[in-house]
Amino acid sequence: MPGEGLKKGYFHMKKIIELKINGDFYEIAVKPSKRLLSVIRDDIGLTGTKEGCGKGDCGACTVLMNGKVVNSCLVLAIEAQGKEIITIEGVAENGDLHPVQQALIDYGAVQCGFCTPGIVLTAKALLDENPNPSEEEIRDYLSGNICRCTGYVKIVQAIKSVRG
Amino acid sequence: MRAFEHFQPSNLKEAIKILSTKDKEARVIAGGTDLLNAMRDGEESPECIVDLKGLKGLDYIKYKEKEGLRIGSLTKLGSIEKSSIVKKKYPVLCQAAHSIGSVQIRNMATIGGNLCNAAPSADMAPALIALEAECKVQGAKGKRTISLEDFFAGPGETVLKKGEILTEIIVPKLAGKCFGVYIKHGLRKAMDIAIAGVCVIITKERGKLKGVRIALGAVAPTPIRAKNAEKILLDGSVSEDAITEAAEEAAKACFPISDVRSSEWYRREIVKVLVRRGLRECLEKV
Repeated sequence: MPGEGLKKGYFHMKKIIELKINGDFYEIAVKPSKRLLSVIRDDIGLTGTKEGCGKGDCGACTVLMNGKVVNSCLVLAIEAQGKEIITIEGVAENGDLHPVQQALIDYGAVQCGFCTPGIVLTAKALLDENPNPSEEEIRDYLSGNICRCTGYVKIVQAIKSVRG
Repeated sequence: MRAFEHFQPSNLKEAIKILSTKDKEARVIAGGTDLLNAMRDGEESPECIVDLKGLKGLDYIKYKEKEGLRIGSLTKLGSIEKSSIVKKKYPVLCQAAHSIGSVQIRNMATIGGNLCNAAPSADMAPALIALEAECKVQGAKGKRTISLEDFFAGPGETVLKKGEILTEIIVPKLAGKCFGVYIKHGLRKAMDIAIAGVCVIITKERGKLKGVRIALGAVAPTPIRAKNAEKILLDGSVSEDAITEAAEEAAKACFPISDVRSSEWYRREIVKVLVRRGLRECLEKV
């Protein structure tokens, strides 16, 4: 029996967490089992972050947490307390697309678009870490972002075009 | 996912206390990349989760010329992969860490989690077993040190007792000249677990073969060391025949399963191939 022997009602007690998402502060009450992905999409309403596999394989739910890419489907929201999160909605600055976003458009590297938010964040993280990656390094870094439309050629070309 | 109670202890003592006093089924969470998937799929449904991420002082990589390498159990695989000291002194650990998951996964997953989850295919295990690593463990009754080779008890099982937490991995210094490789065989280059993982490390002193270490992953209920195969090269002369013989012997040490990734027969065959490749590369480059 779930909850047997434990304080009645304890399981469903929510905890208040504070998240900084795209520079804005949010105070949200979450159940311990709630994933960061659900908070971002359902509580905050930022639906640019996608749910693909829900198990850390596809990268569609990629967000930046303290500057590093993570699968938001594998992060418990309460464990993201106090972390700084950037989603696809927070990548453009002052209305200007991030160079990676513009390059993906220019190279026609978007088809269905479901993987694109994750690809943009992963590419941004790569370029922040290593402004001049080789093609091999780009492909290796993108191995956790699965795209079933493009075959990656144009995505890689686009990212190559914005190298430092 | 079934509801659970969530604890965020701020120090090791508190974490051990929660884990050892709860009579409920409690699981430790570090990176969460294994546990949360198991919970999502209903394979695990713990009543309590104890998050170790708030514990201070367990995320470090330290190297001393005399003692070797010490890695805190909460160190992320991504930090190991990128560490310049690990790259320089134990590149095989970078290879193993890099072979796991994706950048995203390695930004969350920890070395302690990879070992404590005790998947037979855990990629850090063969490399660390071949390096003769030891695990420091702390529990309510104090600390103990376990050789990593003896750490695993079966698929998903370790020798950790209730309330014990893996705190540190100690990798001794390697004597003489050495070269090691970790070869992971899978259907994909990334984002997959190994069909077989083989680590070979060769050490030489004054031009003489001093040590041969072969460790295997994903081909037995736990990661294993193939000592009989090592002996063939250590006792005899190094030749192509001896390499083949050692590879055959390594395959005999395996007890693989057949699953969605590979058949038992194929796992044995691929172990022979990988051990041969590993030995040739190490002997050439050492």
